[in-house]
Amino acid sequence: MSVVTVQLGQCGNQVGQELFDVICSDARDVHRKTYSTVSCERFFRETTQGDLEARAVLIDMEPKVINHSMSKAAKSGRWRYGETSHFSQKQGSGNNWANGYCVHGPRHRDAVEELMRREVEHCDMLAGFIPIMSVAGGTGSGVGTFVTQCLRDIYPSSFVLNHLTWPYGTGEVIVQNYNSVLTLAHLYQLSDAILVHENDIVHKICSQLLKIKQISFSDINRVIAHQLGGVLQPTLTPASCGAYSRHPVGIDWQVCPPPASAGRSRSLSAGSFNTSLANLLILRGKDVYSAETGGFEDSAIYTSWLPPDEALSLWKSPVPFNKYEKSATLVSNSQALLRPLDDMVRKAWNMFASRAYIHQYVKFGISEEDFLDSFTSLEQVISSYSELQ
Amino acid sequence: MTQSVVVQVGQCGNQVGCRFWDLALREHAHVNKVGAHVRPVQLGGGACYVGGRIQHLKARAVLIDMEEGVVHGILQGPLREVFDSAQLLTDVSGSGNNWAVGNLTYGSAYRDSIVNKLRKAAEHCDCLQCFFLIHSMGGGTGSGLGTRVLSLLEEEFPDVCRIVTAMYPSAEDDVITSPYNSVLAMRELTEHADCVLPVENQSLVDIVNKISLMSHNAKPGCVLKKESTVTSGQGGVSPTERPFDAMNNIVANLLLNITSSSRFEGSLNMDLNEIAMNLVPFPRLHYLVPSLTPLYTLADVNIPTRRLDQMFSDAFSKEHQLIRADPKHSLYLACALMVRGNVQVSDLRRNIERLRPSLPFVSWNQEGWKTGLCSVPPVGHTHSLLALANNTCVKPTFMELRERFTKLYKKKAHLHHYLHIDGMEQSAFSESLSSLSALIEEYHHLDATKARLIPDAPRLSIAR
Repeated sequence: MSVVTVQLGQCGNQVGQELFDVICSDARDVHRKTYSTVSCERFFRETTQGDLEARAVLIDMEPKVINHSMSKAAKSGRWRYGETSHFSQKQGSGNNWANGYCVHGPRHRDAVEELMRREVEHCDMLAGFIPIMSVAGGTGSGVGTFVTQCLRDIYPSSFVLNHLTWPYGTGEVIVQNYNSVLTLAHLYQLSDAILVHENDIVHKICSQLLKIKQISFSDINRVIAHQLGGVLQPTLTPASCGAYSRHPVGIDWQVCPPPASAGRSRSLSAGSFNTSLANLLILRGKDVYSAETGGFEDSAIYTSWLPPDEALSLWKSPVPFNKYEKSATLVSNSQALLRPLDDMVRKAWNMFASRAYIHQYVKFGISEEDFLDSFTSLEQVISSYSELQ
Repeated sequence: MTQSVVVQVGQCGNQVGCRFWDLALREHAHVNKVGAHVRPVQLGGGACYVGGRIQHLKARAVLIDMEEGVVHGILQGPLREVFDSAQLLTDVSGSGNNWAVGNLTYGSAYRDSIVNKLRKAAEHCDCLQCFFLIHSMGGGTGSGLGTRVLSLLEEEFPDVCRIVTAMYPSAEDDVITSPYNSVLAMRELTEHADCVLPVENQSLVDIVNKISLMSHNAKPGCVLKKESTVTSGQGGVSPTERPFDAMNNIVANLLLNITSSSRFEGSLNMDLNEIAMNLVPFPRLHYLVPSLTPLYTLADVNIPTRRLDQMFSDAFSKEHQLIRADPKHSLYLACALMVRGNVQVSDLRRNIERLRPSLPFVSWNQEGWKTGLCSVPPVGHTHSLLALANNTCVKPTFMELRERFTKLYKKKAHLHHYLHIDGMEQSAFSESLSSLSALIEEYHHLDATKARLIPDAPRLSIAR
């Protein structure tokens, strides 16, 4: 089964290119034919000349980054993007979500949907879509949200897994918190699952674990690509009966919490443990079958109303991933994102209380009412996660 | 690919504009030589490089002056290939340092001609993103006709960003009526510009003096790099440096740096429409303090990281600002850092963290940084930094201006020169004064929040 990746904005196009690079080298370097075939089928298509072309649609409102990503891919010699798989305009979205969502999105809807349709037609069987974008800017966030909505409308039976990059807390874009709040509130209704990478955390990985001295965005993007690849590459799941699961993302988090009872306090006190709703542990490489994973089944980690054996999913692949003899990836639906999410909403709300920058958004077509709706949505998410016990 | 059009008005505007085109051509010739990925068509159309010299490059510009001297000088000089006579608008008698003559008399007489030339320039653009207007505030043409052009731009091209580089007169300015002209022009800037980059002559003088002091007192072996676009017009198309060239160079570099991300590649692009978006939280508060570093390079070798960090510190020192103000003791509403050269995101983060504690930011924008990384440095430097701060420190500058205005206005000094111009009413003076006072009041209101500890706004509570 195949996945169509949609790269949106500068971040999306930069991260996407690194992701395909990782997947391609991983798939091509290993000597396990089945793994290789499943992986290639999932993310690439083969041209008549035997070249690998990424199953990807590249979207940006200005051309520089797409051009750079496409030429970087072609230079690798191992894979490339389709010649016509991209859409760009001449002028960006100016870091303005409303410009992306209300103006650029609708204006270019037909052209973008056409590109999607063509890519989907190349798939024998479509599993779903992975839009990759940042939440801080204007195109990734605004156009990305609009495109996600379109995908949801046109392909209701395919999954949509959004990969989001959250910006540094100390700012890359001044209105990043507005753009993030608007994006997240909308995606919450549209997306099947949202995978998040925070630049601050990835930066720490680069400095503390990888000991990189002068960290560049390439370094950051490569770490993200490695982790994302670790999630998306083929694995054997309990349900797939000894074959690589056809669905790269079979995460079923359609859990329904029990009705709220009195006495639950809503607080983000530091003492509380990070309670998980569900966890997905993916092991790759040597000794996967003998690895001790009991710790992940401890009921103390999970909410009281979901038994650990339902909450924990364990996938394995004996094939070493991306040159690591053994690797483990944990995808967690837990309170881990609660603090960053709350910080983001708090800062956006403080700014909104002064009405700063609101005129910039209103002129592109959203209202204060829309802002309030988004804030309300996210407060509900924060509330739900805070109350996990 | 977006384009910008430069509209230079008046003597000062055209002199600065000229330096800008000179430097822009040099930058592109140099970058093309070293093979970096560049698109010269952003600022000019139809470039053709032959052996390092740029031929057939036409500037996307409109040059307006009500005297002929400066513009004709340009046409006689080495930049003559770059401009088409259709892009020029001149008259002979000048505006007599009278805003009303520039804005109303010439503004009406040449309205259609100006609009036509602007349209022509816009038509040659695939995707016009921004108009850069350059003019002085103290005179008659730059100030009066310049602001008339600004309102024409808003009328005819409402969706295109308008960034004005405005040269403010010093207190010792020899044009007596410069306060009148400046305040009358300010009202237009407040109402019709998207962003204003105020530049004070005195700051430029101080910077130029500092540079020449550096080169005289430099240790043996430390020499100012000759190719630097900041310090030297040498190597450029114009062979000799005239008075004010050094000062105008600095302003020209400001424009080069602001547009660098639109012209060259980088890992974190910062487009012109993003500048207005991020730095202007309230429509009228769009005066951005520019600060440029480095102002010179020494040819000796330094430890790269230390020099890099020093560059960030310098950007926040008063000596590198283009207006005399004290941002560290006022309130930052927003700040943008445009970095050029081999600088990575970790360098940016490290320096922001280091400098942040000493910079007071408004309560609702505690982490209000907009950052951009462009891989191509300016000629003669390994890296450079342009900081644009929306800071309440412009308030004293505006208050001083208001004082100088009021001193004259109280006595009705020289008013008759203005009032006898067709279309000029006394209300223009009182309204401009009110506009300035209202602006000062807005900054004052924000300043007042500085001392108070503002708690977080109470959050929405969710029904269970």
